[in-house]
Amino acid sequence: MIAEGGLAALWIAAAMALVQLVLGGSAARSGAEELMRATRKIAVVQGLLALGAFLTLILLFVQSDMSVLLVATNSHSAKPLIYKIAGAWGNHEGSMLLWVTVLGVAGAGVAIFEKRLDGKTLAATLAAQAVLALGFYAFLLLASNPFLRLDPPAPDGQGLNPLLQDPGLAFHPPTLYLGYVGLSVAFSFAVGALLTRQIGPAFARAMRPWVLGAWFFLTIGITAGSYWAYYELGWGGWWFWDPVENASLMPWLAATALLHSVTVLATRDGLRAWTLMLAVVAFSMSMIGTFLVRSGILVSVHAFAVDPTRGTFILALLAIYIGGALALFGARVGTVTQGSTFQLVSREGALVLNNLLLCVILGVVFIGTLYPLVAQAMGQQLSVGAPFFNAASVPVALALVVATMAGPMLKWRKDQWGALGRKMMLPAAAMVTIVVVLLVAMPGTPIVPLLGLVAAAGLAVASIVPLLGRKLRRTPIHIYGMVLAHLGVAVAIAGMASDTAFKQERLAAVRVGETVAVGSFKAKLTEIRPIIGENWSALEATLSIRRNDGDPFRLQPQQRYFSQPVTTTSEAAISTMIDGQLYTVLGASDGQGRYQIRMWWKPFVTFIWLGGFMIAFGGLLAMVGRIRREMRSEDEAE
Amino acid sequence: MRRVLIWAPLGFFALVFALVMTGLLAPSDRAVKSAMVGKPVPGFVLPALVPGKPGVNSAAFADGKPRLINVFASWCVPCIAEAPQLMKLKQQGVEIVGVATADTPEDMANFLKTAGDPFAAIGDDRIRKVQFALGSAGVPESFVIDGSGKIVMQHIGYIGPQDMPKILAALAGVQP
Repeated sequence: MIAEGGLAALWIAAAMALVQLVLGGSAARSGAEELMRATRKIAVVQGLLALGAFLTLILLFVQSDMSVLLVATNSHSAKPLIYKIAGAWGNHEGSMLLWVTVLGVAGAGVAIFEKRLDGKTLAATLAAQAVLALGFYAFLLLASNPFLRLDPPAPDGQGLNPLLQDPGLAFHPPTLYLGYVGLSVAFSFAVGALLTRQIGPAFARAMRPWVLGAWFFLTIGITAGSYWAYYELGWGGWWFWDPVENASLMPWLAATALLHSVTVLATRDGLRAWTLMLAVVAFSMSMIGTFLVRSGILVSVHAFAVDPTRGTFILALLAIYIGGALALFGARVGTVTQGSTFQLVSREGALVLNNLLLCVILGVVFIGTLYPLVAQAMGQQLSVGAPFFNAASVPVALALVVATMAGPMLKWRKDQWGALGRKMMLPAAAMVTIVVVLLVAMPGTPIVPLLGLVAAAGLAVASIVPLLGRKLRRTPIHIYGMVLAHLGVAVAIAGMASDTAFKQERLAAVRVGETVAVGSFKAKLTEIRPIIGENWSALEATLSIRRNDGDPFRLQPQQRYFSQPVTTTSEAAISTMIDGQLYTVLGASDGQGRYQIRMWWKPFVTFIWLGGFMIAFGGLLAMVGRIRREMRSEDEAE
Repeated sequence: MRRVLIWAPLGFFALVFALVMTGLLAPSDRAVKSAMVGKPVPGFVLPALVPGKPGVNSAAFADGKPRLINVFASWCVPCIAEAPQLMKLKQQGVEIVGVATADTPEDMANFLKTAGDPFAAIGDDRIRKVQFALGSAGVPESFVIDGSGKIVMQHIGYIGPQDMPKILAALAGVQP
C-alpha cells in the first residue's frame, strides 16, 4: 500500500504541474490577481506532493520492503540504517525522484517567498518551472517508476555499491542536486523574464539569492566530492577530470559567472542579455551533466548503467528545454533594450573579464569532456586526460586570479588605471616576496605551481584590501562573503600548487618487518591481519610511522572485500598534520608474504578543501546578507 | 552580426545534440586501447635503473629482430605473477625490454632477486613518460615490436600461460 501511495502522490503532483502551467500561463498573459494567487498555491501543493512521494520511497528503503523492485535491487536488510536511507537516492530511479522533488520544492519556495518580482514575470516563471517538472514527472512515471512492485518479493536485497557506503558520499548527490536544481530556478526566472520582457535590477535581485544558494550547494558538493575521491579511490589524487567531475564543474563555472553578472545587472542595470544567457546555460549544463552521467555514454569510474530508451527520453527532454529556451532567447532578446554602459577600467569591466575567462574554462572543460564522443562519431576511441585540461585551463585560471584581485578594488562605471595601480601595490609586494622566497628556499619548484603559489599569495592579500579603510562593523555582510570566498580561492590554489610541486610518492612491495620511507617519514609494516566489518571483511596493514625522530604513530590502511555484490575497495589511511597529509594505501599481496604499499607525503593538500569550504560559506554569507537587505528595504517600503 | 550571435547558442546546442545522439545509439568499447598499435615505437631514451643492466634506447629497435616491451614495476603484484611466463619467453630466445614505472633501484634489485630476471634491459621511467607515450594506462602491459620497430600488438594486464601462443605468434610475425 505504501508504495502505491507514493506512486499516487507522484501522479497527482504531475497533474498539479499541468494545472500550474495552465494557470501560470494565463496569469502571465492577463495579469489577473486571482489567477496569480492560485498559481502560487498550486506550486506549493505540487512541491509538497513530490516531497511526499520521495519520503515514501525513503520509508520503503528503511523498512527494507523487498516487494518493491527498487529496494530489492539496491538495498539489503543487513545494511546500516544510514545507508538504507541513502540507498533511496543511490540509484537511477531514486535519484530522478530526488531531482524532481527538489525541483518541486524549489518552485514552492519561489511561490511562497518571492514578493518583489512583478506579478506577470513571477507567473511566467512558475509556468516555466512547471514545464520543467512535467518533463521529469513524465520520465519517472513512464520510464523509471521507482515504486514498481516485485512479485513474488525477493528474500533479500542485492546491496548497494560498496564504494557508495560512505557517509560523505551518501550526502554528496543530494547536495549536488540542490545545486543543479537550484539553478533551475534561475533558468525559469530567465524564461519568465524573456516572456514578459521585464529584465532589470528588480529581476536580478529576485534571482540572485537563488543563484547564490545553488552555487553554495554546488561548491560544497564539488569540494566534498573531491575529498571523497581523494580518500576513497586510493589514488592520492584530488581531481581526475573524470566526466562525472566535469559534469559538476561545468554548471559551477557557469553559475560562478552568473552570480557575478547578476550583480552587475542588480547594481548597474548592465549585461541584461548576457545574464539571461548565463542563467539558461547554467541550468543547461546541470541537465547535460546529469544526462552524461546517467546515460553512460561517456566512460567514467562513476558510470551508472542505463538502458538506451531512458537515455533517449532524457535527451529528448534536454532538446525541448534547452532548445526551447535558446530559441526563446533568440526570438526575444533582440527586443531587450540595452542596459547602462560602462568604461573598460571599472568594476563592470573586471566582472566582464571574469565572465569571459570563466566561460573560456567552461568551454575547455566542455570540449574536453565531449571530445571522446566526437572522436567516436568519426570512428575512433580515445579519452581526453588531465594533460589537456591542465594545459588548457591553468593559464586561463591564473589570468582569472588577476581579474579577481582587481575587480573588488575598482569603482563601478569608471575608474583610473593609476588608482588601481596604487591599490595593487600591497598584493604585488606579497607576490614578489613569495617569488623570492621560493626561488631561494625551493629552487627546483616547477613553473606552473610556482605561478600558482604566487597568484595565491597575491589574491590572499588582494581579497582583504576591500575591507581596508572600512568601518568593519558597518560593512555589509555580503562584502564579508565576497572577501571570504576570494580568500578561499587563494587558499585552495595554494593547496593545489603545493601538492603539485612538493608531493612525494613511494611505491613498494614489502614484507612484515620491512620499512618504507617517503619524505621525512619512515613506515614499518608491523602487522597484516584480517578483520570483519558489518557487511565486509578486510585485510588491514598496521604501519608504525615516525617523522624524523618524532614519536611513532600508527596508520592502518585496509583492502576491503564486500560480498554483496562482490567488490574490492582500498581504504586509505591518512594522517593529517598541520603542514600536510601522509596518505597510505594497502594494495594486493603476491601470495608469498609481500604486500603492495603506496605512500604519499602531500604538503598543505588540506588547503584545497579548506579553501573550497571557505568559498562555499562566502557564498552563503553573501546570500544571507542579500536576503536581509531585501527584507529590510521591503519593511521600509511598507 | 548581432542576429547571427543571438542564434549561435541554439546552433551550437543543435550540434552537441546531434553528437550526443550518435553516441547514444552507438555505445563505445571500454578497453583503453593504445592508439600506437600499428605505428613505429615513439623515440625515447631511458637511463639504466639497476647497476649491471643497460637502459633502453628505442632507436635500436629497428634492427630486424622482434622484441617484447614489458611495462612493469616492482610494486606491481600481477607483475610478479607474470614473471614465470616472461622467463619462458626468454628461454625461447625472445628479447624482453623492461620499462620500469615509478620505481627505485633498491626495490627493483629486490624484485629481480625474488621474481626472476628475464630482462635484457631495464629503463628507468620514473615519471611514466614513456609508459604514456606507448599508450599504456597501467602495469603490467606488454607491446610486441616487429623487426622494423613497429608496434604490432598490445597486451593489457598480466601475461598468463593462456596468452603465450598469441604473444609468440605476434613475435613470429603471424598476423592475428
